[in-house]
Amino acid sequence: MSAAALLSAEHISIRFGGVVAVDNVSFEVKAGDVYTIIGPNGAGKTTIFNLISQIYALSTGRIAFDGIDLAGVRPHRVAALGIARTFQNIELFEHATVLHNLLIGRHAHAEAMLWQEILFTPAQRRMELEHREKVERVIDFLDLQHYRDSLVAGLPYGVRKVVELGRALCVEPRLLLLDEPSSGLNVEETDDMAFWIDDIKNEFGITVLMVEHDMNLVTRVSDRVLALNYGKAMAEGTPAEVQSHPAVIEAYLGT
Amino acid sequence: MRFIFKTDYDQDIRLFKHGGTKFWYGLLALLLVAMPWLVGEDMRDYYLAQLGFIWIYSIIGLGLMLLTGFTGQVSLGHAAFLAVGAYTEAILQKHGWPFGASLTAAFVLSGVAGIVIGLPALRVKGIYLAIATQAFGFIVEEILARWDSVTGGNEGLHLEHIDFFGFPIASEADFYFLSLGLLCVVLIGTVNLMRSPTGRALVAIRDSEISAQSMGINLARYKTVAFALSAAITGVAGALYAHKLQFISPEQFSALVSIQLLMIIFIGGIGSFHGAIFGAIFVISLPEAISAAKDWLPPSIGGQPGLEPTIFGLILVLFILFEPLGIYGRWLKVRTYFSLFPFYRRAMFKRQKAYMKSERLR
Repeated sequence: MSAAALLSAEHISIRFGGVVAVDNVSFEVKAGDVYTIIGPNGAGKTTIFNLISQIYALSTGRIAFDGIDLAGVRPHRVAALGIARTFQNIELFEHATVLHNLLIGRHAHAEAMLWQEILFTPAQRRMELEHREKVERVIDFLDLQHYRDSLVAGLPYGVRKVVELGRALCVEPRLLLLDEPSSGLNVEETDDMAFWIDDIKNEFGITVLMVEHDMNLVTRVSDRVLALNYGKAMAEGTPAEVQSHPAVIEAYLGT
Repeated sequence: MRFIFKTDYDQDIRLFKHGGTKFWYGLLALLLVAMPWLVGEDMRDYYLAQLGFIWIYSIIGLGLMLLTGFTGQVSLGHAAFLAVGAYTEAILQKHGWPFGASLTAAFVLSGVAGIVIGLPALRVKGIYLAIATQAFGFIVEEILARWDSVTGGNEGLHLEHIDFFGFPIASEADFYFLSLGLLCVVLIGTVNLMRSPTGRALVAIRDSEISAQSMGINLARYKTVAFALSAAITGVAGALYAHKLQFISPEQFSALVSIQLLMIIFIGGIGSFHGAIFGAIFVISLPEAISAAKDWLPPSIGGQPGLEPTIFGLILVLFILFEPLGIYGRWLKVRTYFSLFPFYRRAMFKRQKAYMKSERLR
C-alpha cells in the first residue's frame, strides 16, 4: 500500500449464497483523486459502496481507510471517520425540509448531551448556529437557497440529487462516495454536477469515489477508473486507458 | 399576508418565529390561566375536569407522537406505559412518598419499561413491531390483574389527593393547573428535543434508516431513546391519570385503550406537536358531544349501544381517506388559505408521488 492511498481495498470478495457479487477486487484511491468505478449493471459497483459503508460485511479481503481497517467499524461510525455517501435511488428524508436534511448531515459532528437538548441550553443554541453556518456554506456552494425551506417530498428529481450531494458534503468528509451522481439528470444538470465534482476535489480537497455510467462525465472528472464485470476487475488506469482496454470494449459492445 | 424577513439564523431556531405567534400564544396562555374564572359556577367543575383530561391525553399524545409520529415506530402497547406510571404513583403514594418523588419514579420506571419493550424494535419494524408492543401490553395487563399483593388485582387501587409540596391538590381547578403545568413542561421539552440533533435523528430514522445510518446516526441508540422518552412521558401522564380517576384497575389499561391513544395522534395529525393536542381535544370531547347529541336523535339511533365506537371508527376512516395529516393538516390548509388570500390554490398541498426507493436495503 502506497503512503498516499486514502482508501485501499485488498482482494475483497462478497458472496450472497452462490452469487459472488464482488470477486477478489483490489484498488487504491489516492488522497485528492476522483476515482470512478464503471461497469455494466449488476457488476458489483454499488455492492462495493455498501461494503465500504459496512452495510454488508466482507466475505474475504480487507478495506482500509486512512490505515484503519473498516472491518470492525459499525455502520454509523463510518461517517465519523470521514466517509460520506449518496445513494443510487436517492435516500433523502422525504418529510423534512431541505435545510433539515442538510442539518442531519451534520449529525456526525453533534456532541450534545440529551439533557442539554431537552433544556435547549445556550451552549446548545450556539452549537445549532454553528451547524447552521456550515450548512449555509453548502447551500451557497450548490445554489440551493431557493429550496431551503421546501419539503423534499415536493422537489423535482434533479434538485433532490443535488440535495443529497449537499447532505453528504455537510458531513465534511475526507472521502465522498457518489453512487451514480448523474443518473436521471439532464445534460445541463449533469454539466453542473461535473463542475461541482471538480470543485469538491480542487477547492475542498475531498477525495471522491464514484460509480457512474455516463462516460462523458467519467472522462471529464476522473483521475483513475476501475472497470468491473460480473464482480471481477477488468481494467484499471486513466479514463483513456480503460476505455481502450479490449476487455472493457468486449464487455460493453460484445464481440 | 405576512412577509418575514430573516436576518439571523436564530430566527429559525427560536420557539416563536415572529411577533404574530407570540401574540396568539400569549393570548391562549392568558385564556387558559383565566379559564377557571371564565366558566359559570354551576358547570365549572365539569369543564375543568374535562380540560384536565384533555391535558393528560395531550401529554400522552406528545409521548406517542415522539415515538410514532416522529420516529415512525408504531406502538400498540402504550396503555401499558400508562399503567406502569399510574400504578407506580398509586403504590408509592400508599407508601407515603411525596408527589415529586413518586412522579419522578413513575417517569423513570416507565422509561425503563420503554427501554425493555424497545429492544425488539431494534430487530423488527412495521406490523411486527405493532404486534410485539401489543403483546407487551397484554403481559402488563395480566400482571396487574394477577399480582394481587402489590396491585390489588382486579379490585384495583384507590388514591388520595396529591400533596404538591405541602399544597393539597383537592379541587378541580388545582388539578387543572397542575396538569396544564406538566403539559407545558413536557411540550417545551419535546419541542426543544425536536429542534436538536437528537430530534432530527429521530425524523431521519422514520424516513430512511439506511441513509440515517450512513449519516452517522446510531439506530439502536436513538430508537431506544425514543422508546424510553415516549414511555417516560406516558408514565407521567399515567400518574396524573391515576389521581384524576382516584381509582385504577387493570381493565382501564386494556388493548382498546392503546388503540384509543393511537387515535389521538392519527386524528390529530401525525408528525406535529399541534396534532397531539388537537387529537386529545378531539378524543375527549367527541364522547361528550355524542352523549349530548343522543338527546336530539331518535331513540332508535340514539339508544344503540355501539353508537360511540361506530362514530369513532367512521371518523377515523374518513380522516385516513381524506385528510391523512389529521386535524392539524386541515388547520394548516385553512390557515394558508387565509394568510395567502386570495392566492390559495387547490393543488398547493398536493404532493408528488414518491420516486422509487431502493427496496433491497430495507
